[in-house]
Order: sequence, then structure tokens, then C-alpha cells
Amino acid sequence: MAYHRIAALVIRHLYLYRRSLPRVMEIIYWPFLDLVVWGFITVYLATFQGQMPAVVTFLLGALILWDVLFRSQQGITISFLEEIWARNLMNLFASPLTPSEFLAATMVMSLFKVTAVSMVMSVCAWIFYSYNVFIIGLWLMPFIINLVLTGWIIGVFTTSLIMRFGQEAEVLAWSMVFLFQPISCVFYPMEVLPAWLRGVAWINPAAHVFEGMRGLLATHAAPLTSLSLASGLNLLYLGAVIVWFHHTFNVCKERGSLVRVGE
Amino acid sequence: MSSPVVEVRNLNKRFGEFTAVDGISFDIERGEILGLLGPNGAGKTTTFQMMLGLVTPTSGSIRMFGLDLQTNREAILQQVNFSSTYISLPYSLTVEENLRVVARLYGMSNIAGRIDDMVKKLEMSEWRNKLTRKLSSGQMTRLTLAKALLTEPKVLFLDEPTASLDPDIAHKIRGILLEERQATGLSILYTSHNMREMEEMSDRIIFLQRGKIVAEGTAKDIVARFGQADLEEVFLKLAREQ
Ligand SMILES: Nc1ncnc2c1ncn2[C@@H]1O[C@H](COP(=O)(O)OP(=O)(O)OP(=O)(O)O)[C@@H](O)[C@H]1O
Repeated sequence: MAYHRIAALVIRHLYLYRRSLPRVMEIIYWPFLDLVVWGFITVYLATFQGQMPAVVTFLLGALILWDVLFRSQQGITISFLEEIWARNLMNLFASPLTPSEFLAATMVMSLFKVTAVSMVMSVCAWIFYSYNVFIIGLWLMPFIINLVLTGWIIGVFTTSLIMRFGQEAEVLAWSMVFLFQPISCVFYPMEVLPAWLRGVAWINPAAHVFEGMRGLLATHAAPLTSLSLASGLNLLYLGAVIVWFHHTFNVCKERGSLVRVGE
Repeated sequence: MSSPVVEVRNLNKRFGEFTAVDGISFDIERGEILGLLGPNGAGKTTTFQMMLGLVTPTSGSIRMFGLDLQTNREAILQQVNFSSTYISLPYSLTVEENLRVVARLYGMSNIAGRIDDMVKKLEMSEWRNKLTRKLSSGQMTRLTLAKALLTEPKVLFLDEPTASLDPDIAHKIRGILLEERQATGLSILYTSHNMREMEEMSDRIIFLQRGKIVAEGTAKDIVARFGQADLEEVFLKLAREQ
């Protein structure tokens, strides 16, 4: 790994964000809208139940955490798409840049996005709904780290598919993550799923994070089991998708399709 | 004599049943300009891409600076660059930002100084702060050439580097390339459909057809061997024999 090459790619993306309104909107405006809409829904639901704190905590917390996963995935996949759109893959991969360094740079971008979006959402939640994300306490950190990892897994997997199948697969950059949403049990506990789907959800690390969060808020017990399961699964899958990405990269070089992606 | 900078041996690329490059071998010496000629689909781009590590050969070997590309990709590509009329740099960055990113990618030192030199050399000062999106095709070609020379390569791959340039700029660019070769011992592998340019620039020419080398030598040799008036005639004769 050469850090100067990773830094070069990160700087390239930061130049891009510096003068692109749509890209900045992606970080500020959409998360803000998301939060406002869900905030009102939460407030509305709370008037029915008279249990304001619990509902707000569950829903807004879940929403913010889901966005962490979503932006983490986007940070990876969109960074790759940017290179396709800019027809820059040939410039990059004919340089000494390695696929691992490329992935590392997309991961750094992903961290930037997650940090920016989480800050925007947390501040808005606090201003508009007096909602303090840190109600979850210090456990928030390991939860977030695990969601970022799950986002990377989905992001690297999606990137491999786009690299392999080209333009037709581009839509996956936005849709893939929603395939995982129902089995991530973001807004409801795992036990509401039908038994067969519960098995599928169980092998999804994100589901354990959201289970852990709900458990923590309800019982204040340390969510150690959930976190261990999430971390174990995340590390396993992350290793696997990185191997898969390198494999796809080599297949594309064999087929001569690497520099033709998106054409 | 020192060993060649580039050694290609029995290079072969099949896409499924189709053979795009069929067992070609050649060397490039230090400071040599080798022209790669051939009709559309002859396998020039595929050869370039294999030499840049973007396409994996089916068989054969590519060695540069005495190292095998398969096993020493990073060390080799650090000393190699390319420019092509058909490739651009990211549109949403300015000319200078693009050059800065490339310089960092190759770990250059004294980046600002290098960029200033390059901008002066390729007469880019008027538009160095322009968005790349707003460049004319000729300016874009100069930018991709600047990015290639910026990293001080020892081997340069050029795919029709003057195709979209006006005759004045094209002439200047040829001058710069020859100068660079003189000053640094740069080796160049070159494609062009401009036969006069090929004759003027190349020390040696390889003629590819259907993935095979069908003629090799100086422009003069080749013209004489095929009994034609000039390289253009040779090209037409060979290409029409398909
Ligand atoms: N990835 C690929 N998959 C299948 N066939 C390919 C691939 N890349 C190139 N080819 C085929 O290989 C042959 C050689 O193509 P190549 O692009 O190397 O030719 P070229 O000499 O560069 O042509 P041109 O002058 O038109 O650029 C062509 O018939 C082309 O269709």
C-alpha cells in the first residue's frame, strides 16, 4: 500500500465535491429531508401512543443509523462510478495504483461521507426534535463502526458487479442497499419476520446492530452479543468481498473489459 | 550495447476464439521511437493495453527495465506513462488540478515546479485554470500529453497523439517529443494513421495485421522492401491484402 496514491485519489474526489452542488446536496440536503420527513412521522405517531420518548428514540435513531450504512455504501460505489463517468479508469489502472489502494481510497471517501452526513443529521435532529443521538451513549461508536463495515461490504460487492457487468448494473449503486433493508430489521425487531426470513436476517450483520440498539434502549443491558455477532460477520464478509473484488478485477483484465466499463 | 528497455516475446491475446494479438515479439531500445502501424482492428490497442497492464496476455511475456510486467507491475508502471487522443482526464477538475492529482499518484516531488514547466512547454498557461470540460479536443490532447510527460517516464505509449491537433501544434508536439527523447533517453511506442508523421518520427516501424507482425524495419527499409513509393502506399497495399 502506498499512502501517497491513496491520498491522490482522495484529493481528486475532494476537488470534485468542492465545486459540485449536486454532490454537496447528497451530503446535506437529502439526509436533512429524510430526517425532517421521518421526524414528523415520529412526532405524529407519538401523539397516538403517548409514548413520545421511546418512539422518537427508536425511529429517529434507527433512521440516522440506517443512513450511516447507506452513505457508507454510497461512498464506495459512487467513488467508483465517478471514475467510470469521468472515463478515468484507464488513467488510474495504467498507473502504479493497485486495486487495494483504489479500494482503500473509496473507503476513506466513505468515511468522509458518513461523518458529514451523521453530523448533519444529528445536528438537525437535535435542533428540530430536541433529539440527542448520544442517548444511545458510548455504544453508539461500535454500532456505527459496524454499520460502516456493512456499508463497505455492500459497496465493494456492488462495485464488483458494476465493474463486471457495466452500465446495466449501475442502478445497483442506489438500489442494492435497499435489498438488504428488510432483512436489516432497521425499524422493527427481528422477531416480527417470518421464521425463514429470520434465518436470512440473522446472517446479516446490520440486523444485529439494530437489534442491539433496540435492546440497549429497552433494557440498558450491554449489547455485547449483538456487537460480537455483527463484528464477526462483518469481518468475515469484508474479507470475502475484497477477495471477490480482486478476482473480478482480474477477470475483467482477462476479458479486456476493465477499461471499457461504462462504454 | 545495453539491453533493450522493452522486450516483448511471443505475446498472444485471445478473446474467446478470436485471436487479437498473435505471437508478436519486439524490443525497444533506450531512446528509441518505435512506430506501430496497422489497419483498424489489427491489435494495436490490445498490445498497448497489455503493455500497460490493463489486459492480461493469454501467453507470452512483457519485460521492461529487465523486470517482468506480470510480477513487477508497480515498479514498471511507475516509470511508464501513456497518452491517447481517445482518453481524457476528469472533466470536473481544472487542468491544473488534474495534473496535481496525477503528480501525486506517481509520488512526484516538486509538483508545483514540474507543473509550471509542463504548462510552459506545452503552451497551456492560458487555460491552466480552466475546467477540463471546457477544453477543445486539441487542448485535451495536449493535457493528456502533459500528464504523461509530467511523471518523467522512461517509456511512453502514445496512441495517435497528434490526431486532433492543428498542424502548427502537431509540429511543436513532435518537436517536444524528440527533445524529450534527446534529453532523457525516453523510449516511445507510437501509433498514428498519419504516414508522414510515422516516417518523420519513427526510428523503426512494426506493421501489424490481424494481430501478426507482417513487416518490420526503418520506414525506408519497409518502403524499399515492398517496392512502393512511400509508407502510405505500403499501408494501402498491406491493408488491402486482408
Ligand atoms: N475486450 C475485447 N473483447 C473481444 N474482442 C476484442 C476486445 N478488445 C479488442 N477486441 C478485438 O480485437 C481486435 C483488435 O482490436 P484493437 O482495438 O487492438 O485494434 P486496433 O489495431 O487498435 O484498431 P484501431 O486502429 O481501430 O484502434 C479487434 O477485432 C477487436 O474487435
